[in-house]
Amino acid sequence: MRCVNIFACLLILVPGLVWAQTKDDVQEQLRALEERVHVLESEVQTLKAAQAAPTPPTQAPPPPTELPPGQAPAAPTQLPPGAPLPPSRPLPVYGGASAAAKALNPDVSVIGDFIGAGGRNTIRPLPALEMHESEVGLQAIIDPYARGDFFFTFGEQGVDLEEGYITFTSLPGGFVARVGKMRSSFGVVNTLHNHVLPWIDRPVVSEDLVGGEDGIDDAGVSVNRILPVPKGIFLEATGQVFRGDSGDVFSHTRKSDISTVGRLRAYRDLTESTNLDLGLSFARGHNDLGSAYRTQLYDLDTTLRWKPLRRAIYHNFLMRSELIWSEREEPSAVQRAFGFYTASDYRLNRRWTVGGRYDRSGRARNAALTDTGFSGVLTYWPSEFSQLRGQYRFTRYAEGRDANEFLFQFLFVLGAHGAHPF
Amino acid sequence: MRLRFPQILSSCFFIVALVFPSANQAPAFGASKFKVVTATTDMAALTEEVGGDRITVESIARGYQDPHFVEAKPSFLLKLRQADLLVVVGLQLEIGWLPPLITQSGNPRIQVGAPGYLDASQFAEILEIPTGVITRAMGDVHPLGNPHYWLDPENGRRIAGGIQAKLTELKPDDAAYFEERFQSFSQRLSTAEKTWDEEMKPFHGRKVVTYHRSWPNFAKRFGLDVVGYVEPRPGIPPSPRHTVELIQMMERENIKVIVVEPYFDLKTPKSIARETGAQVVVLLPSVGGEKEVTDYFKLFDYDIALLAQAFKSNP
Repeated sequence: MRCVNIFACLLILVPGLVWAQTKDDVQEQLRALEERVHVLESEVQTLKAAQAAPTPPTQAPPPPTELPPGQAPAAPTQLPPGAPLPPSRPLPVYGGASAAAKALNPDVSVIGDFIGAGGRNTIRPLPALEMHESEVGLQAIIDPYARGDFFFTFGEQGVDLEEGYITFTSLPGGFVARVGKMRSSFGVVNTLHNHVLPWIDRPVVSEDLVGGEDGIDDAGVSVNRILPVPKGIFLEATGQVFRGDSGDVFSHTRKSDISTVGRLRAYRDLTESTNLDLGLSFARGHNDLGSAYRTQLYDLDTTLRWKPLRRAIYHNFLMRSELIWSEREEPSAVQRAFGFYTASDYRLNRRWTVGGRYDRSGRARNAALTDTGFSGVLTYWPSEFSQLRGQYRFTRYAEGRDANEFLFQFLFVLGAHGAHPF
Repeated sequence: MRLRFPQILSSCFFIVALVFPSANQAPAFGASKFKVVTATTDMAALTEEVGGDRITVESIARGYQDPHFVEAKPSFLLKLRQADLLVVVGLQLEIGWLPPLITQSGNPRIQVGAPGYLDASQFAEILEIPTGVITRAMGDVHPLGNPHYWLDPENGRRIAGGIQAKLTELKPDDAAYFEERFQSFSQRLSTAEKTWDEEMKPFHGRKVVTYHRSWPNFAKRFGLDVVGYVEPRPGIPPSPRHTVELIQMMERENIKVIVVEPYFDLKTPKSIARETGAQVVVLLPSVGGEKEVTDYFKLFDYDIALLAQAFKSNP
């Protein structure tokens, strides 16, 4: 009975003691929290006061640091008036913390070139449907003195390095130099990648005298410079030395069988909307018959452009002619062939362009054979990054055979393809 | 050894190039009047405000030209090869034409990263920076943000401040002169801003449709609400379906003003205006868009006057 009483007393007293203890703890915690709130309130007031204080007048802004292209500034907040933004702003991070490192990767692009052909051509037939070319471009600034450009072409038959070169942009004396594999500066069409041609094919004279699609495309060194000429005339000289191996045009059997290319280009704005471009080029190298035999090419090109600035995206006109002479040394004689094309394009509106081309050319290996032809071209642009083109082409080959063909092309651009020189 | 024609021609190229190097070389900093080339007329106008008569300024693009689509003409190289400073808008506005010009110029001073290369976008408040997945399905979107940022006077002040700092860095002898010019510009801008704010105050919150996304900074600054675009996506020409949807939206929202840049065709905006009873207003995104718009102040004077008139006529 005594134990029961003691147990009963404990049952009554212990909760009371525990409750009293808990009450003291809670009160202490509340006091601590109140103190903390007071401290925080005073800190907030201090911050508010600091923010409300007038900004000292802007002195000379600190020298800003340029962001290289590809580096993205973020949207600023709470900008004091009259002051430039802080020079270093974080890059937007899209894929995680390592995304900043990707900012230094080269610009990557892929251009798809799908071609189809209908009609009959027994001399130079084209496949009915062909993924003609996929051009992969890698372009970046290398360092403060140079930039690099690579263009790989993936065809159905294999892969080729179309161009891959370093351009030295900071040479003294106004010189610009390139080293690597490149399309030579011979004429106009030879310098152009397929996707910037105004036609699906290349002119007959390119096929007959300058190696067709590959053209003069070789490893070597190029130097060009703007020459001083008065009256707003642009004059540029280019000199190039190559290994001497350019498909059908030049071959080398010895190291000394190099080829050379030179070009002089003159340009002038006739009016704000109209300009005239003239070029004179030569190329010289050894042909496939051996070191003793050379091929020399000469080119004269003229381009007249009209593009009204206020409506540049809707209308423009271009007329271009290129005349090419070839001298190919052979054991029996020198084959002297001549060919040309003349072409024009007119942009009807933002999406449609119409054009035409006339071709005539002798053949490099047999100048007595002459091919002629003409084409009509219609191009549709759904956007800047895709293009649909149709071309009717008639060719009368020297063998006496005529070819009537309808070609069509889908071009599409993925990624950031850098602009090509004008 | 008999010299052949190509050898003679190639020799001539290099002889000419080597004989006249001094005529082609740009003068060093401070050797003559400091030459600034800018990508657009707006950058030229702001540079002129700061540089005054101590510099010469030339713009590549004209004010009435679409700055996205400028031809990289060789005649621009004649300007660039002599430039001491190149000021660009950046944010990939000039990506289609300026990079090859810079490379071909043969001028080490204005190469990207060199002291004479200035990207003005670093000073400005940039809007419409895309987040998440960016694809060309969004049109010709600028991944780094909307590049038409100079259409907020506050950004104009910041850009001018950045240009002042750069000019001071490259021409330290004229630092006081540039500082004085900048302060004068800033004060005149503050005064003009009050006038512009006053003129636009009655129209705060007005909804408008624009052709291209050229106006986010302008709209934010002056309290306009851009609710639709004539282009279905940036850089994509208007389609019939989008035009019908836009007309329906404009009727539903009672939108009475369509803002068009001077280099876009007015055919579609006018047909939309006919259907909706709206007014087409050709606003200038750049200095030089019209003959009388010769500086940064006149650009806003012109645009705000036209816009206010359009809002008054179409309450």
